[in-house]
Amino acid sequence: MPTVPLRKMQKDQSGTITAVKVGGELGRRIRDMGIVPGTRITIMGRAPLFDPVAIRIMGGTLTLRNSEADYIEVEVA
Amino acid sequence: MSTPITIALAGNPNAGKTTLFNTLTGARQHVGNYPGVTVEKKAGAYTFASGEEATIIDLPGTYSLTAYSVEEVVARDYLVQEKPDVVVNITDASNLERNLYLSTQFLELGVPMIIALNMIDVAQDRGISLDAQRLSALLKVPVVPIIARSGKGTAELMAAALELAQKNAPWDPLYISYGEDVDLALQTMAQRITTAGFMTDSYAPRWLALKYLEGDSQIREKGRRADPVVDGELQEIVTKVGEHLLKTMETYPEAIIADHRYGYIKSVLRQEVITHKFDIDRLHASDRIDKVLTNRFMGPLIMLAVLLGLYKFTFTYSQLPVAWFAVFFDWLSGNLNTLLPDGHLKSMLISGVIHGMGGVLGFVPLIMFMFFGIAILEDSGYLARVAFMMDRVFRIFGLHGSSVMAYIVSGGIAGGCAVPGVMAARTLRSPRERLATLLTVSFMNCGAKLPVLALLTATFFSRSQAQLMFLLTLLAWLVALTAAKILRLTVLRGESTPFVMELPPYRFPTFRGLLIHTWERTWQYIKKAGTTILTISILIWAMMTFPGLPQSEEENFARQRQEVAASSAQTTDDQQLKEQLAAIDTAQAGSTLRHSLAGRIGTAMETVSWLPGFDWRTNIALVGGFAAKEVIVTTLGTAYSLGETDPESNATLSETLAKDPHWNPVVALALIVFVMFYAPCFVTVVCISKESGSWKWGLFSICFNTAFAFLLATLVYQGGRLLGLAG
Ligand SMILES: Nc1nc2c(ncn2[C@@H]2O[C@H](COP(=O)(O)OP(=O)(O)O)[C@@H](O)[C@H]2O)c(=O)[nH]1
Ligand SMILES: [Mg+2]
Repeated sequence: MPTVPLRKMQKDQSGTITAVKVGGELGRRIRDMGIVPGTRITIMGRAPLFDPVAIRIMGGTLTLRNSEADYIEVEVA
Repeated sequence: MSTPITIALAGNPNAGKTTLFNTLTGARQHVGNYPGVTVEKKAGAYTFASGEEATIIDLPGTYSLTAYSVEEVVARDYLVQEKPDVVVNITDASNLERNLYLSTQFLELGVPMIIALNMIDVAQDRGISLDAQRLSALLKVPVVPIIARSGKGTAELMAAALELAQKNAPWDPLYISYGEDVDLALQTMAQRITTAGFMTDSYAPRWLALKYLEGDSQIREKGRRADPVVDGELQEIVTKVGEHLLKTMETYPEAIIADHRYGYIKSVLRQEVITHKFDIDRLHASDRIDKVLTNRFMGPLIMLAVLLGLYKFTFTYSQLPVAWFAVFFDWLSGNLNTLLPDGHLKSMLISGVIHGMGGVLGFVPLIMFMFFGIAILEDSGYLARVAFMMDRVFRIFGLHGSSVMAYIVSGGIAGGCAVPGVMAARTLRSPRERLATLLTVSFMNCGAKLPVLALLTATFFSRSQAQLMFLLTLLAWLVALTAAKILRLTVLRGESTPFVMELPPYRFPTFRGLLIHTWERTWQYIKKAGTTILTISILIWAMMTFPGLPQSEEENFARQRQEVAASSAQTTDDQQLKEQLAAIDTAQAGSTLRHSLAGRIGTAMETVSWLPGFDWRTNIALVGGFAAKEVIVTTLGTAYSLGETDPESNATLSETLAKDPHWNPVVALALIVFVMFYAPCFVTVVCISKESGSWKWGLFSICFNTAFAFLLATLVYQGGRLLGLAG
């Protein structure tokens, strides 16, 4: 299965997070919200100006900026 | 038991803490502040069926217990320092896995805890069923399903809380295994902490070690102050593990910790605690609404319509009550006027107290309607969508999508107040984005500026008042955002903060929740305004009354009156005599005011204020406006009404201005611009200083804004005159 950065994913595409390659404050915040390896995510859509992106994770919806999505790698399936 | 037990409600934002708090305490609540910070502290009273009393605390919502935002620090400090008897952890049952992340951290801290599975109605609708007993057995804490909104299950929840409180068991931290490397480091660090007695009176050793590994800035700061030697040793271990993990696994300690916490949660939930009838990623009603409301084309249009709708709602529906207040205060001052003898007391009561109170209370309906509207947007979940849609735009100006809330509350939809707006900026984590927001929200058209804008637009631009007011709102946005960008490029340079945020499902707000929300904020306004403005209003009255005219001037006016009376003996025109006497009275009142302290300041300021076209009366009003913008109209009114001889005269301020030869549309526009952008009111300045942690920023906002407003107003006035519009 191909692994892509979250930014590259299309609307309605799903996959499993394989890595969150960032530490520090951003890394902690991302993980606090449930974005950890092994979790399934689906792209719900993007804001009118294509950024931020809304994702479905653990039954809830989160949003993050494309620049933050760059750190998240997903195995699309 | 004589002392009431304390029960803290804690949980993720939007899990239903406030709803439960309101259900439990009803009207028996009290809003204060945590010491040192401006996070709201809500406490309420609850009486058990058995007659026992409890104090309920509504802690700020957090996702984690690692110091990230002020809310997280406040919630953690409260738990560690105040040690409540029981923590009721409110979780959103429809989103349990993520919510349990915080619960796990409470367990690791060891607080006596009960888990409330809230929103089981929503969970049921989504085909999620939960085995509370099983969860309770696995986590070894009581678990009670509830529906906070209807109150279902809350009696059982509180009974369980009472039972737990009466057990009075010692704190019992949960130890999760974080894998070999981290566990070993934790053990070494905990040992060192124990032998050194390093902050052990406040924190459990292993928990403290965990926070060090997670890179918790607040704990490290405290540690450095408590014992720099031990802090250094611990930090060394952290660095070593960090390097090792990065080399061997390309990961970070905090990542390992988070992964293992989620692993623990998954292992618990997997044991038949949770069953999904449908696919977990199934589209919910909320997602279908989002397909429309955040749609690329429809979304922004709908947002504009919603914001405009709020604007209309605030203005249209508050008109009637605003008018009632005005009638009431007119009636009051009319009565006082006939009842009391002429003199300083009467003048103070009417010009100082009643005008001041009228200025404060006249606004209450407007503010209530506005906060009600915002509460609907907030509680329904729409405001988060606004931040989502606006982030790309706000980022351009070096801000954050959540800044939008601070701007809207401050008057981005005209009629807000910069004080709660400044406080709304608290949700922003980065000091720079927060400061940029703090310093620019006061450019918005807050409710207190509205009467000035309304008065001037109604008087000089009556035919296009609504359009002009709308344009002024847009102008405020433009100026605020540009100023923010300038700040972020100069004094507040630096990286942007994580945006990661939740889009909560759409929910119907409860009427009761909306009312409580609205009332709380309105009451804060009344308290703030009631005290400051009344004092200021009386102060200004005194400034405008004292010192009186010198003896020689008084005699001069008396002589004029005698002359008029003497000459009128020849004519028989009574009307003419009255008019002549009135003219003398006006002249005397005018020179009294000019002679007063305020008049002298205002006159002195004319040396520069001719540039934007303001006379001494306007200057007095603007000085008063620094105390609170509401005072501008009141002071202008006082400045003119003190010059009026006939108190029964119905000439309103608007008519007075329209007739005054000094005033014309260009002067009015220059004043509008100045009032919009000059120094924020004193209360806002105090809030800015408190929120930014330094008076420097408060002072900065006074100077920066006033200089900017002066420049703009001068441009408008001089430009208008050059174009020959000041006729
Ligand atoms: N359906 C349902 N909605 C709830 C329940 N409890 C709270 N809500 C709604 O969830 C939203 C967030 O609740 P709130 O108390 O403000 O959450 P807080 O951020 O934790 O204080 C509000 O719109 C509530 O009306 C519940 O048990 N069932
Ligand atoms: Mg709340």
